[in-house]
Amino acid sequence: MPPLIRQVRNLFVSLRLTVVLLALSIILVFWATLGQVNLGVWGVQQRFFHSFFVFVRLGEFRFPVFPGGYLIGGLLLVNLVSAHAYRFRMGWRKSGIWITHAGLILLLVGELVSGLVQQDFQMRLDEGETRNYSESIRLNELAIIDATDPKFDDVVAIPESMLANGTVVQSPKLPFRVVPREYYPNSTVTLRSKTPNAPPSPATQGMGPMLAAVPAEVSYQDDLRNNPAAFVELVGPEGSLGTWIVHTLLGNPQEFNYAGRTWKLFLRPVRHYSPYSITLEKFSHDIYPGTDIPKNFSSKVRINPPEGGDGREVLIYMNNPLRYAGLTYYQASFDPSTDRTTILQVVRNPSWLAPYIACGAIALGLVIQFLIHLAEFARGRRRA
Amino acid sequence: MRQRIPFFVVAVAAICVLLGLAPHPGGEPDAVQAFGRLPVLAEGRIKPLDSVARSTLLVIQGYQDVTTPEKKELTPDEWLLDVLFVPEKADTYRIFYVDNPDILSLVGTNKADLSIQYMSFNELAPHLAEIEAQEKLAEPVEPQTRTRFQSSVVQLYGNLSHYLRLRRSLEPEGSKDFLGELLHLQETLSDGVEAVRAKEAGKPHDEAKATAIIDEGQRFIGMAESTDLLAIPPDEDDPDPNAWHNSGHALLETFGKGYVNPSVLAYAGMGYSWRSNEPSSFEHIVKIYGSSLEKRFGRQVRKARVETIFNAAQPFYAGMWIFLAAFLCAVLSWLKWPETARVSAWGLVALGWAVTTAGIATRMWLEGRPPVTNLYSSALFIGWGSVALCLVLEATYRNAIGTAAAGMIGFATLLIAHHLALAGDTLEMMRAVLDSNFWLGTHVVVVTTGYASTFLAGILAVIYILRGVFTRTLDKATADALARMVYGIVCFATLFSFVGTTLGGIWADQSWGRFWGWDPKENGALIIVIWNALILHARWGGLVKQRGLMCLAVFGNIVTSWSWFGTNMLGIGLHSYGFTEAAFWWLSAFIATQLALIAIANLPLARWRSFRA
Repeated sequence: MPPLIRQVRNLFVSLRLTVVLLALSIILVFWATLGQVNLGVWGVQQRFFHSFFVFVRLGEFRFPVFPGGYLIGGLLLVNLVSAHAYRFRMGWRKSGIWITHAGLILLLVGELVSGLVQQDFQMRLDEGETRNYSESIRLNELAIIDATDPKFDDVVAIPESMLANGTVVQSPKLPFRVVPREYYPNSTVTLRSKTPNAPPSPATQGMGPMLAAVPAEVSYQDDLRNNPAAFVELVGPEGSLGTWIVHTLLGNPQEFNYAGRTWKLFLRPVRHYSPYSITLEKFSHDIYPGTDIPKNFSSKVRINPPEGGDGREVLIYMNNPLRYAGLTYYQASFDPSTDRTTILQVVRNPSWLAPYIACGAIALGLVIQFLIHLAEFARGRRRA
Repeated sequence: MRQRIPFFVVAVAAICVLLGLAPHPGGEPDAVQAFGRLPVLAEGRIKPLDSVARSTLLVIQGYQDVTTPEKKELTPDEWLLDVLFVPEKADTYRIFYVDNPDILSLVGTNKADLSIQYMSFNELAPHLAEIEAQEKLAEPVEPQTRTRFQSSVVQLYGNLSHYLRLRRSLEPEGSKDFLGELLHLQETLSDGVEAVRAKEAGKPHDEAKATAIIDEGQRFIGMAESTDLLAIPPDEDDPDPNAWHNSGHALLETFGKGYVNPSVLAYAGMGYSWRSNEPSSFEHIVKIYGSSLEKRFGRQVRKARVETIFNAAQPFYAGMWIFLAAFLCAVLSWLKWPETARVSAWGLVALGWAVTTAGIATRMWLEGRPPVTNLYSSALFIGWGSVALCLVLEATYRNAIGTAAAGMIGFATLLIAHHLALAGDTLEMMRAVLDSNFWLGTHVVVVTTGYASTFLAGILAVIYILRGVFTRTLDKATADALARMVYGIVCFATLFSFVGTTLGGIWADQSWGRFWGWDPKENGALIIVIWNALILHARWGGLVKQRGLMCLAVFGNIVTSWSWFGTNMLGIGLHSYGFTEAAFWWLSAFIATQLALIAIANLPLARWRSFRA
């Protein structure tokens, strides 16, 4: 074996590498924890864990200064697998360690997968309301709806990122091109009549001329939503139809007619439609007597299956989610102003079972190894 | 004779503990104790008035006994009686702790008086408006970013309103003879109500009678709005056993029902006899009222009685001193009297452990919960778990190292708990998301055991370093034994911190839909797991020897203290309960001492007093 390859192999199977990687991961986790004060949990995950390097901005440039979660996790995985492949010996004395490390591999891979594929949505329901979609917590889309047929909406959804990048969209479903003119990642909106000093609006159509959108600082806090705004120009074959303002704070779509059809424009959270719908029958919210400490929240919902029929009634409450059709519904929050509106967290995570199996394996392995050590220790003392 | 000394030492300590359970000679009279046992509903649970008095005093004053301006010592129950029924006297007691010079200048004390730290309500009352104005300015600021003055003024204002709400909970502001007023109301009630009805219907009526009733109603509304102590039990026919009322609310029902609520009358009667210093009639009313409650709320009354005894016995406070004594005995055994002092230390640790076990078990029974529900109980449990492990170590090795570590950890954790108790009632209600005895009993208990064992490994390493560097007592056999102990405990800690952390992940997956969310407390627990794994791998790889292992274990103390307290100080995330500013400085100091110990451990062996050939 050439010396270089031997050196590389020795590095990857060494416990020294393991210790260094563990130390690096501690620093990474600690740094990320402190970073949450300013960045919020979501920002920290992107910057520290779902990345190969942690970048620090110095002036114009971003420098990689520290290995990120993917790099450390990946190297740990390589280290673990190669060490075991290299030193493989069958025997019960190491069986606990084997099971533990197999579980660890599953845990690391499972978390990687769920980091990549997990999707989070929210469903907000008033009592008596029925919905067949949940909404993204962070992502928005510009929905252009052909509402000519009152029974049926034909939707073209443009992701927020395309508005941000100024990507011009042409779709066979639309008789016009969509040209993003301006985009604010977070903003407030006021009536133009209330803010006489606002700069002139690029909007010429719909509600735009009446409104002033003021850019605001992007928030990373977990409980605050950003409210993006954009000005989009629609350009038909004969020229511009005008410029509209779209804003997540405008509760209703703006309507206009073009080419003999009725259109609606709406910047809204990305929707995830499901073939069934859910009705909120009752929301309950108890507090401990004489305090404002919440004791329990629960939502009694009815699942209405696509084939019709009565459906079934389910009680969703804290620590007791509903798992249905690959989605899981959790009692997340409620509207304190009315006490009649529930907010359910909706999660799609196909790898949710992986950590359960992994943790079971690791715990089992640790217990076996611990008992083996304990037995040896006791035998050694008896002899002594 | 020598062999009997340890029995004697432990017996003396045990008698001291038992004395805490017995009523103190010359302490408060039976009737006052019976008053303290009366159950009320406050902060979401039914508890004795004694607990209300004690937790209020801990929050406002920082300790439980009150000294009057005449230098008379009052028990918490006597103080509460004065606050409720003789407020003009209670207002003169200096119980409000004012520690900030800016606040002292705000309340107008001149320079010479700046040493005054405790003030009475009467001394603060003229400045209520300024205090309130400053509080309104400081309150919107995030707690973590408040200046010292801002947090002090928010706290002082909170304490003042806490006191006022308590003062107004049974009798209205400024009433001189509430019992007389209620009896008068009872007599004139039917005429008065009739007059009000006639007035509302626009018919001829007795204006004076109607006004009197309307004024009473206004006064009761004021009472109902200004307190949160629910002292009046639900009516006999009320289907909801938790529908306790405050006094004003119960009085407002007088007009509909046609009679004054008998519980309110009973409290007014107690107030009258306490004010006019008639102990026999006070005792009589408390007894009658207490036994009437016992018939209807037998279980709660029994619980309240046990809680009162528990309050007075202060098992954790007693345990703290027992552990300190045990630690001193253990150290003594290394320096002199190896056998006598070692066995005494062992006995004291066992006694301290028994006392804390009884205390934790009582808390669990009172609360109907697993042992760890908040930061306070985590301190109790970390101490308890470490001491249990130490007892096993000492039974195995018999070299006083286990008892020394037990004494140190037991004392330190109970001291921490003692200070955490200043935040208020420690048997608080669980927020909805935490309201799961299964997960509190598994995740929280296991992860707390992981914390406890990581600390224990660190403390054993501290003993190794201190004995090695500063004494000649660390011979090779002891050093090897310590190294084996630390290694074994680190293995144990890895197991428990890992299992506890992943159980937390599973709980999070059950309640929020993500196994891991990078929340600060989760990260803290993860760091402990990784650190323990790092120690084990470093040892297996031969990267560290005995001293290196000790240094890593000491650093484990830093890691664990960060996870336990530091993560709460960030003020973010789902677990951010129990932030205290003072804790920050203690945590920093603790980390500094641990770093210093690691530095000392790295002195060349020639500088160690042990191991020198």
